[in-house]
Amino acid sequence: MKAPEFTYERPTEISEALAIIAQDAHEKAFLAGGQSLLPMMNFRLAAPKTLIDLGGLKDLKEIVAVEDGLRIGATVTYSELGASALVSEFSQVFDSVLPHIAHSAIRNRGTIGGSVALADPAAEMPAVLIALGASVELASQRGTRFVPADEFFHGLYLTERSDDELVLSVFIPNSSRSLSTGFYELARRHGDYAIAGVCISDDSRPSGSFNAPKVVLFGVSDRPLRAKSVEESLVGVARNDTRKIRSASEALSDLVFDSDLHNSQDTKQRLASVCVRRALEAM
Amino acid sequence: MGQTKKIKVMVNGERIERDVAVRTNLSDFLRNDLGLTGTHVGCEHGVCGACTVRVNGQTVRSCLMLAVQVDDLEVTTIEGLADTGPVSALRDAFLKRNALQCGYCTPGMLASAVEYIEKIGEPDRKKIREHLSGNYCRCTGYQSIVDAICDVIQVGTEK
Ligand code: FES
Ligand code: FES
Repeated sequence: MKAPEFTYERPTEISEALAIIAQDAHEKAFLAGGQSLLPMMNFRLAAPKTLIDLGGLKDLKEIVAVEDGLRIGATVTYSELGASALVSEFSQVFDSVLPHIAHSAIRNRGTIGGSVALADPAAEMPAVLIALGASVELASQRGTRFVPADEFFHGLYLTERSDDELVLSVFIPNSSRSLSTGFYELARRHGDYAIAGVCISDDSRPSGSFNAPKVVLFGVSDRPLRAKSVEESLVGVARNDTRKIRSASEALSDLVFDSDLHNSQDTKQRLASVCVRRALEAM
Repeated sequence: MGQTKKIKVMVNGERIERDVAVRTNLSDFLRNDLGLTGTHVGCEHGVCGACTVRVNGQTVRSCLMLAVQVDDLEVTTIEGLADTGPVSALRDAFLKRNALQCGYCTPGMLASAVEYIEKIGEPDRKKIREHLSGNYCRCTGYQSIVDAICDVIQVGTEK
């Protein structure tokens, strides 16, 4: 239960971090909050030869409002997200999601960029970012690029990020300010990994019915899943039409669910539909 | 032992400078290098909460931090929390309420309880339970721990 040996680097400039990762990137890992990476190393599921601690990079700690949105630095912790007035002003979804992410002592260390880069299928943040239309800013010595969250998550711990790229920030567009959002998650115990969960956004506020909803499930597959049939069936449905909401939330047959240790595929699908319905009813 | 690094850290108000192996957990550093065995180690992968300490005033799991990561920071363990403000009140309340049996979880419980009292401070059993949800106790069944914290927040223990 101890991490294997590694060498440790603590750059103080982003350029320095990118220079270190540029060589033999596949043998190196960035250390953000360490709340997943360190246990994985203790279990010896991960054994990077070099750990590059991002703790010395001040720029990654910032939450800044820019012209077209909000830029949240990769090493901003969940606790800092929760405490930021700027963040809650952008979307109230963070206030509903954050209490579900692990426990206070973990939220004090765990980071938004770490969650995105790890791409744990049971994590809340990837689904939230997809629902908000966010993108992920990646940098390497080859340059900087923004990848829409919708295209970033490829599978179990697999993302669009190449080994030599660093997640610099998560970008939330101004359009997310006018979205109404819903969130619901089922877990065995408070703070545990989700058995199933969903984050929903829609810009229907003025009309009173669903307009262009995004319904993003997590914890039910190897990556966050857009429930497209649910989205289609919701278009035009009045927000208080519980009968139609119920039938829309059952439109999940286009998706392939993964079972886990305790829950079969059918159970996962059933629970996903319960989450969708409850999230919609609360919107 | 592999690579080592010199760190400077304030532990319980005392300035400390040590060479540590870069792979050493904060919990092992506190217990083995500094002899502060009040920090307990249960699972070593961030599940049980027994190793909870405070770093720059925030609770963290010391098994999920490297000692090199607290370079230039302040660490407070149960030894340093003792005898001041809410901790002494909590200690009395834990005793009175039988909020511990074996005591393995207690240092971590106290660290989380102090954080709750400072940051939230409402005698709301649900919120207390939520805040302690990352601290396992295999003895007490939690009821008495929540009672003790409510006592300290000075509103009875009515449901
Ligand atoms: S020993 Fe750190 S959480 Fe269990
Ligand atoms: S008192 Fe024994 S684990 Fe809590």
